[in-house]
Amino acid sequence: MEQKTLSVSAIKDGTVIDHISAGHALKIVRLLDLASHKQVVTIGLNLPSGSLGVKDIIKVAGKELSEEEADRVAMFAPQGTVNIIKDFQVVKKFNTRLPSLITHIIVCPNPKCITNHEAIETKFKTIGNNGQLKLQCHYCEKIFLQSDILEYKNN
Amino acid sequence: MASLAGRSIVSIKDLSKEEILSVLGKADRLKINPEPRLLEGMVLGSCFFEPSTRTRLSFETAMSKLGGKVVGFADGAVTSAKKGETMWDSMRIIGQYVDVIAMRHPLEGAARRASEATNKPVLNGGDGANQHPTQTLLDLFTIRECQGRIDGLDIALVGDLKYGRTTHSLAQALTHFNVRLHFVAPDSLQMPDYICEELKNAGVEFHIYDKMEDVINEVDIFYLTRIQGERFPDQMEYERIKNVFRLKKEMLSDVRNNLKIMHPLPRVNELDEKIDDTSHAYYFEEAQNGLFVRQALIASVLGKI
Repeated sequence: MEQKTLSVSAIKDGTVIDHISAGHALKIVRLLDLASHKQVVTIGLNLPSGSLGVKDIIKVAGKELSEEEADRVAMFAPQGTVNIIKDFQVVKKFNTRLPSLITHIIVCPNPKCITNHEAIETKFKTIGNNGQLKLQCHYCEKIFLQSDILEYKNN
Repeated sequence: MASLAGRSIVSIKDLSKEEILSVLGKADRLKINPEPRLLEGMVLGSCFFEPSTRTRLSFETAMSKLGGKVVGFADGAVTSAKKGETMWDSMRIIGQYVDVIAMRHPLEGAARRASEATNKPVLNGGDGANQHPTQTLLDLFTIRECQGRIDGLDIALVGDLKYGRTTHSLAQALTHFNVRLHFVAPDSLQMPDYICEELKNAGVEFHIYDKMEDVINEVDIFYLTRIQGERFPDQMEYERIKNVFRLKKEMLSDVRNNLKIMHPLPRVNELDEKIDDTSHAYYFEEAQNGLFVRQALIASVLGKI
């Protein structure tokens, strides 16, 4: 019988966010405030991946990630898959989808943007998802590469 | 075409080509047939959080000449902003007093934010380095007025193309038309990539130069802008460029007869005053047209024309 070794231990009930772009798992932890989660959260960084080369993975015990939450993490895991686990079995599986508008989580890198001076929920339009994601601030209208974004807000 | 009644005009991109042409047509009519009682009983809130001369006075005069009244301020330091009130609160309250708001603010995105704070139409008179749509509309109006058309023209945008919001918005608006654009700027102040990309996507032909002389004889409109010293980290470089980017009367000897020179003003030394008396100068008419375009816009968002 083939023996599989799991790099990250299995969970009984919860959610596995797989195929996260390498280096982004901790941003998702902050975004979903998983550090405050009362049950086990396992994070794997730079795991080998057939499709991505290397990937990150997060396993959250005792939490079923909603599709809305999955969409919010999509900018860090554009090819991400979400597996809902019940009694060690995958009962639901879906892909993350990049929303056309990302609200709240991005801090606008433009220091002269009004959002950096008044308490405003930021809004960014997503432009193009093939390879290079660009984000346009709803307020100052500047267009940024994802790598230009220096700071994210959590909940 | 959607009506402009009740709508805020924050960015030139808020307007379709049909809506732009509709505003220009209404400005044409108001220029010929003034309507001194059109907006009687209505009030414009003129909210200028940073200083402005032409934009503020032309908004206020536009409202007055249509029979409306104006309240407001010309300097953010005299408002409750100084006491720590947010712009959002200020605009929400002012929106309860007036029928339409014209505003300028040093922060980018301020006008969009203001348009979310009030249900009254907000007309953006400049938000930092971002947008200044009424300038763009008056530029389009002026181009059409002095050339009789926009399609088919060769238009040079000259000066600080990197930071100048008027040239960005004008280039974006011209994507609606069949024009050839010529960008003239020092390398360090050339048109940003994202605007060039928009032009490419829209199929607009454009060319890049670093000297005025390379293009002045080949264009119908020469749109000159000021190069601002504070943009240069190296003041010596600024002094050099300032003197290279100066349009002099003798440079006009072989230009097209119909060439018109435009400038959003204020000018410093990039536009020789000896040009003022030539048939090519059109910047004072351009500034005057701001009045008719702003009349058309105020009356349109108030649903009165």
